[in-house]
Amino acid sequence: MTSILPLTLSGATVKRGKKTLLGPVDMTVSPRGFTIILGPNGAGKTTLLRALHGLEHLDSGSARWQVPLRDARSRQGFVFQAPVMMRRNVRDSLAYPLIVHGVRRKEARQRAGLWAEKIGLGDMLDQAASQLSGGEKQKLALARALIRDPEILFLDEPCANLDGRATREIEAILQTAQANGTRILMSTHDIGQARRLASDVVFLMGGRIIETGPATTFFHTPSTPQAVALLNGDIVE
Amino acid sequence: MNEILEGLKAASWLVLTFDSDLVEITLRSLQVTLTAVAIASLIGLPLGAWLAVHRFRHRRATIALLNALMGLPPVVVGLVVYLLLSRAGPFGVLDLLFTPTAMILAQIVIVTPLIASISHQAMRDLWASYHDLLISISTRKRQRIATLLWDGRRALITAALAGFGRAIGEVGAIMIVGGNIEHATRVLTTAIALETGKGNFDLALGLGFVLIALAILVNVTTHMIGRTESEGKW
Ligand SMILES: Nc1ncnc2c1ncn2[C@@H]1O[C@H](COP(=O)(O)OP(=O)(O)OP(=O)(O)O)[C@@H](O)[C@H]1O
Ligand SMILES: [Mg+2]
Repeated sequence: MTSILPLTLSGATVKRGKKTLLGPVDMTVSPRGFTIILGPNGAGKTTLLRALHGLEHLDSGSARWQVPLRDARSRQGFVFQAPVMMRRNVRDSLAYPLIVHGVRRKEARQRAGLWAEKIGLGDMLDQAASQLSGGEKQKLALARALIRDPEILFLDEPCANLDGRATREIEAILQTAQANGTRILMSTHDIGQARRLASDVVFLMGGRIIETGPATTFFHTPSTPQAVALLNGDIVE
Repeated sequence: MNEILEGLKAASWLVLTFDSDLVEITLRSLQVTLTAVAIASLIGLPLGAWLAVHRFRHRRATIALLNALMGLPPVVVGLVVYLLLSRAGPFGVLDLLFTPTAMILAQIVIVTPLIASISHQAMRDLWASYHDLLISISTRKRQRIATLLWDGRRALITAALAGFGRAIGEVGAIMIVGGNIEHATRVLTTAIALETGKGNFDLALGLGFVLIALAILVNVTTHMIGRTESEGKW
């Protein structure tokens, strides 16, 4: 099976009316790595991730996968900034993407059980997803996005509002997924987390990419004053 | 005043002894209404979900039309169905006028827009919260509708119950197309109208009790479904 990656975004812009939320942006997502997207509130991180995933209509430019779009979509996962909980219990929430894609109900529920164990929700299988705590919801959304072994996973600030322990758990799951070959793109406000996870960095401001490159370069020899300010812990706006 | 008290006493007696007329009329009411609501639900519930998910050119107009149909005066619906089914009408050969089937048809026309409209509102809200997720999981259109119907099932049952509440208490249309014929098309509401006119208050009140009990049952059930929702059960 040919890989869906690399993904090439060229001259992509997203507008709402006259306002440009993103772009023009050029970027290539290579088949391997862990990209961290940094930038202040309103920089366009969410918009960029959604555009890459095909949830935003591009007003100009293009996003090109190596396979037809319909194919590419079903081999991606997305964890939203505010996790979307279905009106189902934990087990059925996890089984849902599998069932949609033709896995038999019994097997789907079995695999859902295994994933629930992995994320520490093994004894909450019958609990309504909407009643989980914030951190549990994030973990559920993550497992739901990973359960079909996507080739690429997008995460929009998955650890905002989580405590240290939950953050560590999520980071561990992500690192395992990456080791198993899943390409990861994730936005965060947490510079420490970026340092721990990133293989490369995209730094956004005002809907444009200000600086991008390998994580080591970005963190040790940033080339723009905005990046220097960000890494110094100054307020960037 | 005395007459009413006497009536109440006699009515209670009829209910408690399962008076055969009362039972027959009640069962016919249930049969007509349940059949009509079942068919109206089969049409209205998926229609509401489809309208919530599907974008097409005259969508707004369709929804406006649906809401307008909800306000149709039942008597006029009865008149139109009567004309369609009457000997001279286009469906006269079917010989359906003054049968329970005619009453079911009229009730379907009255109740379907109501059910579809409530379903549409519920499905629209659910779709707003599910939209990104279901697109992201790359569900097909039919799977989306199926998911909305299943996950919104409590709201849909509520919609069907609202339809039942409307249909069981309706009198104008079924009086016209059913004719209120004894042992054939007489139902709770038409019987109450007739018996009241005849001054037969005990039977009228007894039938009224049954009607009120059914209405309360519908409300309590609706309320309980709302509770399981907020408690996250099923
Ligand atoms: N529907 C919309 N209509 C108008 N403007 C919008 C809309 N959605 C987002 N925006 C604007 O687009 C810009 C980028 O938003 P985006 O959500 O991508 O930022 P972000 O980097 O994810 O911010 P945060 O860190 O707060 O999540 C913001 O200025 C936001 O106000
Ligand atoms: Mg955001």
